[in-house]
Amino acid sequence: MPTSHPHYKFILALPLLLWTSLVWAKTWNVCDDCEHNSIKETISLAQPYDTLLVQKGTYREFEILVDKPLVIRGVGYPIVDGEKKGEIFRVTSDHVTLDGLFIINVGVSYTKDNAAIRVVQSKNFLIQNMVLEQLFFGIYLEKSSHGKVYHNRIIGEAVDEYNSGNGIQLWYSSGIEVLKNHVQGTRDGIYLEFSDEITIAENVSMENLRYGLHFMFSNNDVYTNNTFENNGAGVAVMFSKFITMRNNTFRKNWGTAAYGMLLKEINDAEISGNIFEENTIGINIEGSNRIKYNDNDFIGNGWAIRVIGACYTNIFKGNNFLYNSFDISYNSKLNDNVFEGNFWSSYTGYDLDKDGIGDVPYRPVKLFSYVVNRTPETIVLLRSLFMDIIDFSERVSPVFTPDNLKDAQPLMKVRS
Amino acid sequence: MLKILKYSFYDLIRSRWSYVYFLFYLALGFVLLFLNNDVSKAVITLMNVIIVLIPLIGTIFGVMYYYNSREFTELLLAQPIKRSSIFLGQYFGVAGSLTLSLVLGLGIPFVLYGLLRSNAIFDFSLLLVTGAFLTFIFVGLSFVIAISNENKIKGFGYAVLLWLFLAVVYDGLFLMSLIVFEEYPLDTFSLVATILNPIDLSRILILLKLDISALLGYTGAIFKQFFGTNLGFLISLAILLLWTILPLLGLRYKAGKKDF
Amino acid sequence: MTIEINKLHKQFGKNQVLKGVDLSIDKGNIYAILGPNGSGKTTLIKSILGMVIPNKGQISVLGEPIKKGWKYRKKIDYLPQIANFPPNIKVKELIGMIKDLRNSPSEEAELIDLFGLEPFLNKKLATLSGGTKQKVNIVLTFMFDSPLIILDEPTTGLDPKALIHLKELIQKEKANGKTILITSHIMQFVEEVADEIVYLLEGEIYFKGCIGKLMEQTEQTNFEHAIAAITTASHA
Repeated sequence: MPTSHPHYKFILALPLLLWTSLVWAKTWNVCDDCEHNSIKETISLAQPYDTLLVQKGTYREFEILVDKPLVIRGVGYPIVDGEKKGEIFRVTSDHVTLDGLFIINVGVSYTKDNAAIRVVQSKNFLIQNMVLEQLFFGIYLEKSSHGKVYHNRIIGEAVDEYNSGNGIQLWYSSGIEVLKNHVQGTRDGIYLEFSDEITIAENVSMENLRYGLHFMFSNNDVYTNNTFENNGAGVAVMFSKFITMRNNTFRKNWGTAAYGMLLKEINDAEISGNIFEENTIGINIEGSNRIKYNDNDFIGNGWAIRVIGACYTNIFKGNNFLYNSFDISYNSKLNDNVFEGNFWSSYTGYDLDKDGIGDVPYRPVKLFSYVVNRTPETIVLLRSLFMDIIDFSERVSPVFTPDNLKDAQPLMKVRS
Repeated sequence: MLKILKYSFYDLIRSRWSYVYFLFYLALGFVLLFLNNDVSKAVITLMNVIIVLIPLIGTIFGVMYYYNSREFTELLLAQPIKRSSIFLGQYFGVAGSLTLSLVLGLGIPFVLYGLLRSNAIFDFSLLLVTGAFLTFIFVGLSFVIAISNENKIKGFGYAVLLWLFLAVVYDGLFLMSLIVFEEYPLDTFSLVATILNPIDLSRILILLKLDISALLGYTGAIFKQFFGTNLGFLISLAILLLWTILPLLGLRYKAGKKDF
Repeated sequence: MTIEINKLHKQFGKNQVLKGVDLSIDKGNIYAILGPNGSGKTTLIKSILGMVIPNKGQISVLGEPIKKGWKYRKKIDYLPQIANFPPNIKVKELIGMIKDLRNSPSEEAELIDLFGLEPFLNKKLATLSGGTKQKVNIVLTFMFDSPLIILDEPTTGLDPKALIHLKELIQKEKANGKTILITSHIMQFVEEVADEIVYLLEGEIYFKGCIGKLMEQTEQTNFEHAIAAITTASHA
């Protein structure tokens, strides 16, 4: 009876199949004085599911087409030098692994987005432990899915936006994990366009020319535990829905037009547990609705939160606002957002009933920030006694700032 | 003049008020550093205090000293000393001792907390230099006011009004004109308006040296372009110097004509 | 001629204080400048010292016009009316300071002894009584050796003993051939020490001459009455 059971048969066959593939999968050594000294040629000779071990050395090759499932693994970080002639790896097959290569000199082009590694319409790929330098675009995923970009190091030397590319770019891709990468010195560190269900975690993106992370028209994505530091303009999340942003650090995005995070036309997102530290603007919000801001720390920013344009039904709860020049800047007299149970370092109220919640509401919008919104030149009066005085009087009896924009339950102690 | 300076200076550094002033800065320095242990942040907080307090203290001290030492001044006037030397000597005595209180009061805690090894040392010295300038400017202005007003109460009143005008009202008028003329390009106007008031000028000079300047946005960029160059920096120092010298010329003129 | 004043005019605001004063002060005499309150005594003295700047007229001291000069004050010892000294320094330091400022030889030890100021030398001036301050003031004035001495109300606050010492001092300096100018309200004191009287009234010199001449002119036997008589005569 058991032998005739179809499932049973299959389970028996499985190790057999694996065994045969292991037997038949061949390992190719590539090195200067090996039989095969070119990656490109070796790929063309290899069978699907074979492994290429690229030994230490320098390989001057470009436009390497990987069109069958292969593992291409570097031993001792061999250098693949594209000599600035064009794209270097192009993956068009599913089940490709690229591991441990040092790729340099991607050709810069004004008509083609040359990348160090381009993955086109492929599934189940793994790109890991790569080091990319002297690049134009780094890793470019195009209409691909269910892959993993893990632990790569991408170091660009971008100077101008027009002749530099992005570190990791995802275009019409989905179900991809981008983990533990380090991207620096590119145009946008990580760029997503029309890409859904992407997980971006534990990456470091710093010193990029424009954005550390850039979302466009991408929904249902999650990014957690990343660090974005000292990027030209911070992180931009635009025209996207259902994004979860958790436990990230946005630091030192400091400059006349820089912010930790820019939200533009974002709906139904969750922003929680993030740290915004020493940014000119912590979060710049334009036309974004139904967002939950919970448990974030805003420390030492110029503006912690700057709201431009219509933003409705957002909830700010349990955040710490510590030593920002302006906590909230607001450009309209209407307010539909809720501030509740946050800690404000400039709160001066008292707590008579000792329940940990201040008895007097806190008004986070300074008159000065309202004036600056209206006439930007007035910022030259920053930290003058006159502004302090009128801020104080506005706080006591609001005339210009929205009357209901207040935290009725300010915390007395920093939320730890 | 040096002798008068010496005596006024000694007289002042032994007075209770100099100690209070010195101890105030000493306490301020220690408290700021103790609270956040970060030299560059302490410099920012200090700026707020300095911009407001130094002109006020300078003004009040100057007027007070002038009126308090009026009889002594008369004693000196009968001595074989040039008139202008007497007043300039007293002026430098007051401004010098106040500056010394400031520099020592703030300097000691900062040096103890490792300023010399921190790269905030330049910001900090700029803070002290502008502080010194503000002291000299406002002591000078208060001397001119005091010498022009025999009536103590009036003199005090005018001096405080002057402080109020430069520290508060000026900025109010400045803000109003910025708002009223918001449709016009205002960069040059705000640059000029800032330079003309020594308090605003000092504030912007310090702000631009601190990295807080990024908050100033586009306008700040223009300011930075101006003050960031050597020429701009020299111009602003020259203007502070001019603000220091003008009251002195006024003082000399008034002193030469006044009857005692 | 120690002091030569020529057509001196001074007005404070609308108030004409000196109206063309002409005065010459000869060497070696003691002059008392008298006059009712507001007659211009102090203004006249301060004009000589260069503390008040005249509108018109010339003053020369020891043969030199004083306009814009200051070195001539080296030859004048001046005792101001109310001596209010810097409060935070000690008597000793004040004396040392004035010596330092004048940079001339001085004999303060004898004077300090004379007025019994030793116990106060190390005290701050703020702690002294008015009379003691006036004694310090006198020491500061007499410790130098200048040909011209100007005393504005020197008797203020002095006890009788100190007053006697003051008179002795004045006589001694006169004996040394110095010229002394005094203003005082104490007529008895003036009568005792002055050789010549200069009587100022409403900005003009109303009388100048010795006491005898004054008595004669006013037909009085008592000095105090004689002075009073000038005033009433003028109003008559």
